[in-house]
Amino acid sequence: MAKHFFGDTTVLLGRSLRHITRSPDTIITTAIMPVALMLMFVYVFGGAISTGSGTPYVNYMLPGILLITVASGIAYTAYRLFMDLQGGIFERFQSMPTARSSVLWAHVLTSLVANLVSLVVVMLVALLMGFRSAAGVPAWLAVAGILTLFTLALTWIAVIPGLTAKTMEGASAFSYPLIFLPFLSSAFVPTGTMPGPLRVFAENQPVTSIVNAVRALFAGQPVGDDIWVALAWCAGILVVAYGFAMRVYRRRIT
Amino acid sequence: MTNQQGPAIQVNGLEKSYKELRVLRGVSFEVARGSIFALLGSNGAGKTTAVKILSTLLKADAGTARVNGFDVAAQAADVRESISLTGQFAAVDEILSGRENLVLVARLRHLKDPGGIADDLLRRFSLTEAGGRRVATYSGGMRRRLDIAMSLIGEPPVIFLDEPTTGLDPQARIEVWQAVKDLAAGGATVLLTTQYLDEAEQLADRIAILHEGRIIVNGTLAELKRLLPPAKVEYVEKQPSLEDVFLSLVGTKA
Repeated sequence: MAKHFFGDTTVLLGRSLRHITRSPDTIITTAIMPVALMLMFVYVFGGAISTGSGTPYVNYMLPGILLITVASGIAYTAYRLFMDLQGGIFERFQSMPTARSSVLWAHVLTSLVANLVSLVVVMLVALLMGFRSAAGVPAWLAVAGILTLFTLALTWIAVIPGLTAKTMEGASAFSYPLIFLPFLSSAFVPTGTMPGPLRVFAENQPVTSIVNAVRALFAGQPVGDDIWVALAWCAGILVVAYGFAMRVYRRRIT
Repeated sequence: MTNQQGPAIQVNGLEKSYKELRVLRGVSFEVARGSIFALLGSNGAGKTTAVKILSTLLKADAGTARVNGFDVAAQAADVRESISLTGQFAAVDEILSGRENLVLVARLRHLKDPGGIADDLLRRFSLTEAGGRRVATYSGGMRRRLDIAMSLIGEPPVIFLDEPTTGLDPQARIEVWQAVKDLAAGGATVLLTTQYLDEAEQLADRIAILHEGRIIVNGTLAELKRLLPPAKVEYVEKQPSLEDVFLSLVGTKA
């Protein structure tokens, strides 16, 4: 049935995109939390935070906020997948002469589109709050590439609870630690003031390199090694999560 | 796709266990083409497991099964071309409209003119007026009718209905029964599972009773009745059943 893979995926992608346009609240609720965090950090804490970089604080923390947006957005990916399994429509698709993996890929692509829209919403709010970038077209493309890769990696992580969860809460709870991770990184404050072990963790976890790379790209500065470390993290997480998710998926459909 | 001769469904020595729980312990039966076959059993008897194996959603531990002449393990793709499955819970997309659900399935079965197919089925199942509404607004009976309509797309020669009337009100039940009778009249082979004795009695050409993972009887209604001592003639006042009262009050001709 592989000959129908692209056609079937397109049909199913159309279906889930229609779900999103009919409940745009999923996009809005995805964007609300990062926007609220951004408001709080810029207008409440921001004045007291010294980043030592001389740039407006909103410029400093936007990369971290974007990662939080993706981390909260993929909870809906798991939720949508879980609902399909619960409702029985997943089994209907699996018992039809349809390319079987299309069902999964349609969810993954939908996740990319939905997160992209949420990212744009958050970015627009940041612009209103005074975010400005010196980045040229290549730098923007690099930012888009990193965020896409990051979204894909997290989406494949989200597929796992989507396929295995027993309850709706269980399907989305995995995203909480992912949302929290940027707080233990260079996203909001420089890591230099953190105590020893925490600092070691913060400087060596994936979020820091991604944040540093995106921040440098936005500022139009050289990115150094951070971008390669960031890409390596994203690609590594993607490969491991994909492999694990496919294993869970195969067990689920046989 | 009725390219094969012989029975529509042949099951031989099917076994399936979930860990220590032996759900099917050697199930064998045949279903003739164009007939309605009822698999009767209480909850947990293994009915759904049998249907899932026949519709390629589960793999059997032992035994063989052929559907429309194709082996369910070795020729799963051909089996999926030949069947449709209507699961225990109406497998419809709540967020889409009734018509969109039908178009979706027609596309996934790679048929020409999905819109025309959808309109035709909406008419046949008296859903034309509701066709443009979201399925979330449908009653249980309408949902089940849509579910069955989705199963007919592409005219698969073998149709599995897993407890098609569980949870429906008496009127909706009669609607579903009529739909099943129409299917068989149109030449399809129907295998349905049920825990309602009157449903098997009303619909099925042959009835098999599945009990603790084994088929304990298999025959026509007349044959099954002959297993008990001959009927005695007794005079009993014919009282209307509550169902008769209910249906006459709400004005449905049963």
